[in-house]
Amino acid sequence: MPVTLGLLLALSFVVSLLALAFLIWAIANRQITIDQHDAETVFEAGEVRGDAGEEAHPHRFDPVQAGIDQISARPVLVLIAAATFWLVAGSVFGLIASLKLHWPDWLDFAAPLTFGRMRTLHLNLVIYGWLSQAGVASVMWIIPRIFHTPSRRPQLIIWGALLWNIGVTLGAVAIARGWTDGEEWLEIPWQVDIFLAAGGACFIAPLIQTTRARQVHHIYVSGWYFLAAILWFPVLFVVANLPLYGGAQEATINWWFAHNVLGLWLTPLGVGAAYYFIPKIIGKPIYSYAVSLLGFWGLALFYSQVGIHHLIGGPVPTWLVTLSVVHSVMMFIPVIAVAINQHVTVAMNLWALRESIPLRFISFGAVMYTLASFQGSIEALRSVNTITHFTQYTVGHAHLGAYAFVSLVMFGAIYQILPRATGRVFPWPGLLKLHFWLVVIGFAIYFLALSIGGVLQGLAMLDATRPFRDSVEVVLPYLQARSVGGTLMTLGHLVFALNLLGLAFMTRDESASTVAAE
Amino acid sequence: MNRYLPLSILALAILAFATLMLVIAPGIQIDARNVPEGLRNYTQAEQNGRDVYVAMGCVYCHSQQPRSPDQAPDGERGWGRPSVASDYAFDAPHQLGTMRTGPDLLNVGARLPSEGWHLTHLYQPRAIFDWSIMPAYPFLFERKDRAAPSDTVVTLPPAYAPESGVIVARRDALDLVAYLRALDRTYPSPTDALRDDGYASGPAAEDPNASEGDS
Repeated sequence: MPVTLGLLLALSFVVSLLALAFLIWAIANRQITIDQHDAETVFEAGEVRGDAGEEAHPHRFDPVQAGIDQISARPVLVLIAAATFWLVAGSVFGLIASLKLHWPDWLDFAAPLTFGRMRTLHLNLVIYGWLSQAGVASVMWIIPRIFHTPSRRPQLIIWGALLWNIGVTLGAVAIARGWTDGEEWLEIPWQVDIFLAAGGACFIAPLIQTTRARQVHHIYVSGWYFLAAILWFPVLFVVANLPLYGGAQEATINWWFAHNVLGLWLTPLGVGAAYYFIPKIIGKPIYSYAVSLLGFWGLALFYSQVGIHHLIGGPVPTWLVTLSVVHSVMMFIPVIAVAINQHVTVAMNLWALRESIPLRFISFGAVMYTLASFQGSIEALRSVNTITHFTQYTVGHAHLGAYAFVSLVMFGAIYQILPRATGRVFPWPGLLKLHFWLVVIGFAIYFLALSIGGVLQGLAMLDATRPFRDSVEVVLPYLQARSVGGTLMTLGHLVFALNLLGLAFMTRDESASTVAAE
Repeated sequence: MNRYLPLSILALAILAFATLMLVIAPGIQIDARNVPEGLRNYTQAEQNGRDVYVAMGCVYCHSQQPRSPDQAPDGERGWGRPSVASDYAFDAPHQLGTMRTGPDLLNVGARLPSEGWHLTHLYQPRAIFDWSIMPAYPFLFERKDRAAPSDTVVTLPPAYAPESGVIVARRDALDLVAYLRALDRTYPSPTDALRDDGYASGPAAEDPNASEGDS
């Protein structure tokens, strides 16, 4: 033990020295200096600024962006359509799983319908089907725009989407039939994962090509998040899915992966999209651009090492758990940095929230990122974790991050992208607002129920004088409330899908006439 | 930040460092532990049963990692001594779990050794605990008019018994119960025990193994 500890300490010392050397090099070579002027990269020269409130009105014609958007539009639309399908399917499975927790004898006649598989289908479909594809769609949309150059090889992206969706479909069938790799977040069998890996490669190659052909001097902050995420996720995915591990070691790989899917994949996608759309919609650059550097590198350094807080009190080395707890708390730094940039920009332009429904989604999601991260940092403290670990509280927290933050940003991004990618408008603007309120109210019920219920469940389990059944009975009403919230969220997703269908099936004539009218 | 290559190299380097700390270093440390003397590998039937456990997703409600008495009363609930890394030497995929909608199962074989109890409980948990919210697994069983000599008949209270005939366990149910009964890590904690002792307090905290001794 002391030898290992000593080695690790020496190692982290060496790494810190290397990092410091890199920092000095970067400053000396002006790699790090960015100024407020760079934040203007999101705008084109001569662009009419402010992109709010166009979901129900035809989009202003912008020749430079139209040339860029025209190329991105097809792959982006394919990804959004597929993502929406999986969102609806994944929500239905999630709702069934939620109901089964308080109606245990409902739908118990076949193995694919059992709780363990419904829950797993829910998780894998919303992570790999919905969030990943919606995130990749916004990356495909934003990267060419901030680099002022059209997307390279759009056809390859569509092939990638095809492979990815074959992977998700086969993965869902495998899980329903009980063929699973058996670890949380890694259930899709590794043989099926090959499709996802191949599809992912078809996303990454065009993005790197587009990046190398960029026509701007400065890489805008969204680009840092996206370009890093598309390298991080493949490494995580391939390493974690190698069928080589077992025992307690496998558990550390499992949670290194699972938390990094949130931290180094979904979070950069969501934060990057928010960093682009907030200033773009408002028409003013973000508040303090230099701080965004701290947010990005802080996220990379700290988020990458928090995973083992899922194994607090478990059969893994103490130093490892402590390392993850410390990094979890350090997450306050990058999160506050992002919060300063995004929230202050919105707070100084509150009018835009009235004008733009997409901004409402994105800004709400950005606030939830701050809250989810603060909660996560506190939840990782040993004293708090003792109560909340192994309870529904964790499920509430996971949804605060993956749903209230990333999904809401994606809803807003999609509502912002679609009119611009299709030249059409949403036929029923009121339904966009309905969608917003359904998911926000539904989520509020969901989150409060699981947070309160989870704490009560945890306290019951910690009290040796109370039998285990107390922890089951005390949480039951909160599980029922969660189903109510989940139903509202699922309804919201149906409205979301309806909005997209409305836009898709509106006849060409109508859209042509509205554009011509301008 | 205007250059792609330094950005990507540094981003990957940071991930590599995290991998070293979270995966490789603990992996080396865990690998160095011997298989405890009291632990044996699963039999074919137990391993089949373990595969059923994995395929049904039992892990989403049941952990397999009792905590130390410094942290939680898991031992008092009969869930066993704090588990250590080498207790899982034969477990692939691991099923440590992150949820206790139901109780911890690492030592359920020691706590509930009866095959009949488990079969009844799997067929209909509410036949034993009316407050249970565990799923029933009727598809692991079949109804027969008359049990064959080789069949294992499930004992059921009248409320849950079929109107005619008997419920017998299929192979998967029997294997699953064999696995559950094999879940028994009540042998003493090994001397080179490795686990999170972050909750240890008082003089015992000086010796990382001291907190392992009690069960």
